[in-house]
Amino acid sequence: MSTDVNVKLDALPGLDPNALPLEVKNLQVEFRTRNGIAHAVNGVSFDVRAGETRAILGESGCGKSVTAQAIMGILDSPPGFITGGEILYRGVDLLKLPEAQRRKVRANRIAMIFQDALSALNPVFTVGFQLAELFRKHRGMSRQDAKARAVELLDLVKIPAAKQRVNDYPHQFSGGMRQRVMIAMALALDPEVLIADEPTTALDVTVQAQIMALLAELQQERNMALVLITHDMGVVADVADRISVMYAGRVIEEAGVNDIYASPAHPYTKGLLESIPRLDLKGQELSAIKGLPPALTNIPPGCAFNPRCRYAQDVCRQNPGPPLYQVTPSRTSACHFWREVKGDE
Amino acid sequence: MSDYVLETRDLVKHFPLTQGIVFKKQIGAVRAVDGVNLQLRRGETLGVVGESGCGKSTLARMLVGLETPTSGDLFVQGRNMAKVGAEERRRGRRNIQLVMQDPYTSLNPRMTVGDIIGEPFEVHPDVVPKGQRRRKVQELLELVGLNPEHINRYPHQFSGGQRQRIGIARALALNPEIILCDEPVSALDVSIQAQVINLLEKLQNELGLSYIFIAHDLSVVRHIADRVAVMYLGKIVEIGTEDEIYETPTHPYTQALLSAVPVPDPTLRGQRDQIVLTGDVPSPANPPSGCRFRTRCWKAQDICAEQEPLLEVRDKSGHPSACHFAEVRDVVHATE
Repeated sequence: MSTDVNVKLDALPGLDPNALPLEVKNLQVEFRTRNGIAHAVNGVSFDVRAGETRAILGESGCGKSVTAQAIMGILDSPPGFITGGEILYRGVDLLKLPEAQRRKVRANRIAMIFQDALSALNPVFTVGFQLAELFRKHRGMSRQDAKARAVELLDLVKIPAAKQRVNDYPHQFSGGMRQRVMIAMALALDPEVLIADEPTTALDVTVQAQIMALLAELQQERNMALVLITHDMGVVADVADRISVMYAGRVIEEAGVNDIYASPAHPYTKGLLESIPRLDLKGQELSAIKGLPPALTNIPPGCAFNPRCRYAQDVCRQNPGPPLYQVTPSRTSACHFWREVKGDE
Repeated sequence: MSDYVLETRDLVKHFPLTQGIVFKKQIGAVRAVDGVNLQLRRGETLGVVGESGCGKSTLARMLVGLETPTSGDLFVQGRNMAKVGAEERRRGRRNIQLVMQDPYTSLNPRMTVGDIIGEPFEVHPDVVPKGQRRRKVQELLELVGLNPEHINRYPHQFSGGQRQRIGIARALALNPEIILCDEPVSALDVSIQAQVINLLEKLQNELGLSYIFIAHDLSVVRHIADRVAVMYLGKIVEIGTEDEIYETPTHPYTQALLSAVPVPDPTLRGQRDQIVLTGDVPSPANPPSGCRFRTRCWKAQDICAEQEPLLEVRDKSGHPSACHFAEVRDVVHATE
């Protein structure tokens, strides 16, 4: 079905089918604004294997969505500029590809689901047209064939009466159904990597459960690599295999899902976990992280978290900031005092 | 009746759907709130949970007087707000204040913080004499943990969490007894959320406030509420103490809602009894007959379509539930 395109993609220089489907190395993104340069992403590295779910966890403004946009090549530029690093798809650095080839990778090999499906879909075209467009542009199918594929896709994401609904406009769908359409669109060309940027944040919990179950099922069926960008610690605990926690444009901790929840090795991760209301702490004060995240135009020297950190000492305020310490062979933490944080239960 | 600072009886709000431009005729109604009975005791926190479109915000707007109920009665401190005169109603409103959801749109960007928090004094001039208003505003800022010197700043100079504190200060300006929080923390990040929840609890202890806490985040409601009401399509389907609702839920919707909440503990993955509901919430303009949840309910039988289940105690769980087949099911495994 997708052979013709794969032939073209095989022609990518340096493509290694055995390399990881997505690997981000030391990515740097800055926004040049009137108020100075905002360092949105400052050396982010992570990878994801086929069939694996990598969660990128962080609060608003930590650079997680900008990372996703950089991977997809949809960063608004200007003001956004990628100033360093590599984004490798099976060994090919996407940042060095000409736009025409980049476009072939986008949606074909790496696809993305956005948070707000209503603004991500075009309101003046039917859902079926927008889905069929993918097949017409990327696969050169006829209108009729493409429409038939669109119906199949809506069926795949379990939209009832797909044959009728394919002619509906986005506003005629409910929030959960729109998110299903987004998933259908992302999966249309059978990508190897799916980036989901807060896919359920705008949805109610019962609908969120439906969408997450659907995503997990489709991921397993296709052995897809999933990058899940979210701020919801509950969703992460439910579906992720490995987690990268971001703060002020850096990955400050990376570990397997069980390790992070059982014994966080960075004070920020620890603070996040403690600020979730828990059953056994009912009636007590929640332990909040004091203060606010820094402005990205003015990140404090040393460790960006030091003004809010209860472990902070003089060494934390000095440049360069803490390197990524190897906590165990499979996990890292960017904190000078990770031993104390981890040991201090 | 006087035990309650706030009570509603069969509160209903229907928004008419009309057709035609010149000769408008009503072709139906969105039944946003359809017969809600609530009681709020002094010093208590009542949580109201439900999904979007279940009528919880419309309920809040009626309670503070921003919407007029279609029918039903609202008692604030024993007085029926529909039957009192305009002057008394204005005074009554003083006692019940609203903290809104979105701190980015609920503060006027052209007003300074001092003007925003002081505006209630212009509507109710007898609360604080004119000369002392500025000082009172500074006291309020201090009370909610903001720097009183920032009184001349504008909302955009504050972060989301700080803005929500400004909203809380404004709600406290008239020394109310009841504060209605409509999703006060859902627009905030987790680390900031905890700060605001702690502030709300501190204020409750210090000022003896009663809260109605509307939210869709069930873990936050569990943390702060004494009693919880679960709403679905304009009706309360289950109400009880926090323990009763979370430990022994009897309504299928409550059970599904609780089981859908992801638990931040990866060791429980796959071990929880997760109920995934099918379909969406039906339109409140055309709710299903009988029980409104029956279209998504796995227990639904013929009687559910014919007869509307009343909100009453049916089984040994001891709290009211609007389901013909109410029975306890343990969906939230206690994580010790």
